[in-house]
Amino acid sequence: MSTPTLQGHGHSSALDAAEAGAAHLITVTLRVRRFNPEVSADAEWVDYRIPIDPKERVLDALHKVKWEIDGTLTFRRSCAHGVCGSDAMRINGRNRLACKTLIKDINPEKPITIEPIKGLTVLKDLVVDMDPFFQAYRDVMPFLITKGNEPTRERLQSAEDRARFDDTTKCILCAACTSSCPVYWNDGQYFGPAAIVNAHRFIFDSRDEGGEQRLEILNDKDGVWRCRTTFNCTDACPRGIEVTKAIAEVKRALITRRY
Amino acid sequence: MQIHKYDTVIVGAGGAGMRAAIEATKRSRTAVLTKLYPTRSHTGAAQGGMAAALANVEEDNWEWHTFDTIKGGDYLVDQDAAEILAKEAIDAVLDLEKMGLPFNRTPEGRIDQRRFGGHTRNHGEAAVRRACYAADRTGHMILQTLYQNCVKEGVEFFNEFYVLDQLLTEVDGVKRSAGVVAYELATGEIHVFQAKAVIYASGGTGKFFKVTSNAHTLTGDGQAAVYRRGLPLEDMEFFQFHPTGIWRMGILLTEGARGEGGILRNKDGERFMEKYAPVMKDLASRDVVSRAIYTEIREGRGCGPEGDHVYLDLTHLPPEQLDAKLPDITEFARTYLGIEPYTDPIPIQPTAHYAMGGIPTNVQGEVLADNTTVVPGLYAAGEVACVSVHGANRLGTNSLLDINVFGRRSGIAAAEYAHAHDFVPLPDNPAELVVSQVERLRESTGTERVADLRRELQECMDANVMVFRTEQTIKTAVEKIGELRERYRNVSVQDKGRRFNTDLLEAVELGNLLDLAEVMAVSALARKESRGGHYREDYPNRDDVNFMRHTMAYREVDEATGAESIRLDYKPVVQTRYQPMERKY
Ligand SMILES: Cc1cc2nc3c(=O)[nH]c(=O)nc-3n(C[C@H](O)[C@H](O)[C@H](O)COP(=O)(O)OP(=O)(O)OC[C@H]3O[C@@H](n4cnc5c(N)ncnc54)[C@H](O)[C@@H]3O)c2cc1C
Ligand code: SF4
Ligand code: FES
Repeated sequence: MSTPTLQGHGHSSALDAAEAGAAHLITVTLRVRRFNPEVSADAEWVDYRIPIDPKERVLDALHKVKWEIDGTLTFRRSCAHGVCGSDAMRINGRNRLACKTLIKDINPEKPITIEPIKGLTVLKDLVVDMDPFFQAYRDVMPFLITKGNEPTRERLQSAEDRARFDDTTKCILCAACTSSCPVYWNDGQYFGPAAIVNAHRFIFDSRDEGGEQRLEILNDKDGVWRCRTTFNCTDACPRGIEVTKAIAEVKRALITRRY
Repeated sequence: MQIHKYDTVIVGAGGAGMRAAIEATKRSRTAVLTKLYPTRSHTGAAQGGMAAALANVEEDNWEWHTFDTIKGGDYLVDQDAAEILAKEAIDAVLDLEKMGLPFNRTPEGRIDQRRFGGHTRNHGEAAVRRACYAADRTGHMILQTLYQNCVKEGVEFFNEFYVLDQLLTEVDGVKRSAGVVAYELATGEIHVFQAKAVIYASGGTGKFFKVTSNAHTLTGDGQAAVYRRGLPLEDMEFFQFHPTGIWRMGILLTEGARGEGGILRNKDGERFMEKYAPVMKDLASRDVVSRAIYTEIREGRGCGPEGDHVYLDLTHLPPEQLDAKLPDITEFARTYLGIEPYTDPIPIQPTAHYAMGGIPTNVQGEVLADNTTVVPGLYAAGEVACVSVHGANRLGTNSLLDINVFGRRSGIAAAEYAHAHDFVPLPDNPAELVVSQVERLRESTGTERVADLRRELQECMDANVMVFRTEQTIKTAVEKIGELRERYRNVSVQDKGRRFNTDLLEAVELGNLLDLAEVMAVSALARKESRGGHYREDYPNRDDVNFMRHTMAYREVDEATGAESIRLDYKPVVQTRYQPMERKY
């Protein structure tokens, strides 16, 4: 296939592949952990074989099952491109967003296992109870705290100060990190990485004046010190946030009281 | 069934709903009902920026912004509303900054601004830097910041509650809002919320198209709920097709990419926008650019083996600039297309993006029952509403602005209304309609499947009422939608349970999409002119004599036969200081 090239650019093979015409379908097996307490107290694995274009998302595969085979399969989703945080799940044993994982990137030769994220109560199929997760988030006072009178215009902030907490502003509260954390699985009280990431976002914001209060909350026995630096969270984060680094920075701030 | 009582009930927790909630919670006992957890709302997908004439980086003022908004909307904009939008923009941005929003900064530490389509200095002289932004995650930051402030204010949320009906009660000969009926996803239980004031902030309806930037959950539930109760929908024929969606997938690549210097090219590498918009080129308004793309494709200059797309070329921009200003969209290209935007152009095509039309309101967010009468106690804001500040075509960055300005206004107005008024009695048997709808779907043994009907609807809409329309294509759509609505009566779901029955709710959502698609097509058929996002090949010119007016669509039910039909009426456009001119970029 030859498409005329852009001026000054060759066509890379990746672009040719991306533009290739009709989809070629392969057959994959989705092995899904199903659970519906209205039907049975036990969870079970169920296999579905579906034809799919390997360039499609795992979310597309789940939709194919739901829309064409079994409408009772239940999962959350909304944006379908990795920005709303609805569809974190364990795919082949790793926490990922179903909408950000392409079939071709996870070895479609073998059955693809799909389970709910761990550490939160499963309510039905891939749907877990998110309330404890959001409660931990709310507990770290995730909002700008300032003192004194508000300025009339914007508060000034240098580009460097803005860059200081850029990484942790990207969080979409998907819970992939928290639900990959062995400490969180074993200890229901631990805030978990996501809450600490969101505390970090404010502690290191030069405009914020609530640092002390927030650090005290995190200094608590269920706070940052529980973290055992296993890096699962950083590996799991679909936004590429350096979660473990953020936690380490919060720990350091607690010791030095400088942030 | 449970009954709750609140002063103010807000339907939706996107940008508009949460901005309203922050105001309403301070002033009245408020509940926010949302079908998604607040931070899942599609406001979080917005990328490019929020307009305000802060003049932080170059000369600018709100009057220029007002003019651009009116011209961008092809003069169907209500000019009093546009003026409010542009004036209050400045405080809306500053308020967000004070709430903590991490905007990108200038070297002096002020909020940075960049160029966006249709925003100009001095009435069209040249592009102006008016869009305040946080990389290409402006919507994410707005959604997070508003949620953070809702946590701070202690806003009460009912998460995963689907509002399915609007309750109206006639008192003293006037129909008033009495509350809403909601379905709780977790349990399948029906809840009636009696409220003095109700604000719809339930977002757009893009899912009736196949190639769209909209989330699966944007199914026009709010529009459908009020429409079914006899209230009008305004300007539903006007839908925006954003020029740069990822080819076939529709995932948006922000106009900010062109604001940063990105260029559209056809298969010959030609910068074709120079032909269509000599001054603004790639930054002409969206309807102009989307039509140019399809013209290139139709005339055989599209890219790829099927010649069905064009390129967004960022390869001449320094990688550091892409990393700093457009990190997310470049990652989308890598993740979903497997290509590297540093070195390869990105295949794109227009994608269904934004509903200019919706529930008609005045500038306080009060919902209209006809051209002039308000429905006491009923409000709407955000994409679900039509104020109309966007007219026939919305300018980029004006929606994040709209949700903040009119979200705030409606939050204040609704809470103040709730203070001054008493509850309106609920109708007898308030949950009747929802209960019967849900039970019918659950018990149906029909043979039609939701997924099939939805796919057919989406394919029909893409083929017939997208960027180019004609009498013929629209009639085809009207007919097809009629057939699908008929078949919808025979739809059934597989999941008969009560817990997290998303199968059932997808069926309900499809019903909403079908109703709204029909309104869109019927409104489009009657508008025999081309204006903004509504382009009729058989009537390629704007016709101010006959069509300088808003469409108002009403659902009518024949009392004898029960047959439904759509009645179209028209509402004058509010013009203050800007006389309609030909739109050139
Ligand atoms: C990809 C993308 C990029 C964009 N970029 C920009 C940009 O850069 N600048 C700009 O100005 N605009 C942009 N827009 C447009 C803008 O983001 C949206 O128009 C705006 O965010 C809509 O906000 P909203 O609050 O009205 O609705 P949404 O944010 O969509 O929120 C809708 C809310 O309603 C709730 N809801 C829906 N139905 C029900 C129901 N039945 N019951 C209860 N709750 C319900 C949902 O749970 C959700 O909380 C973009 C849009 C898209 C899709
Ligand atoms: S830090 Fe990453 S993984 Fe954790 S909740 Fe936020 S986005 Fe998800
Ligand atoms: S569906 Fe939104 S993150 Fe996957």
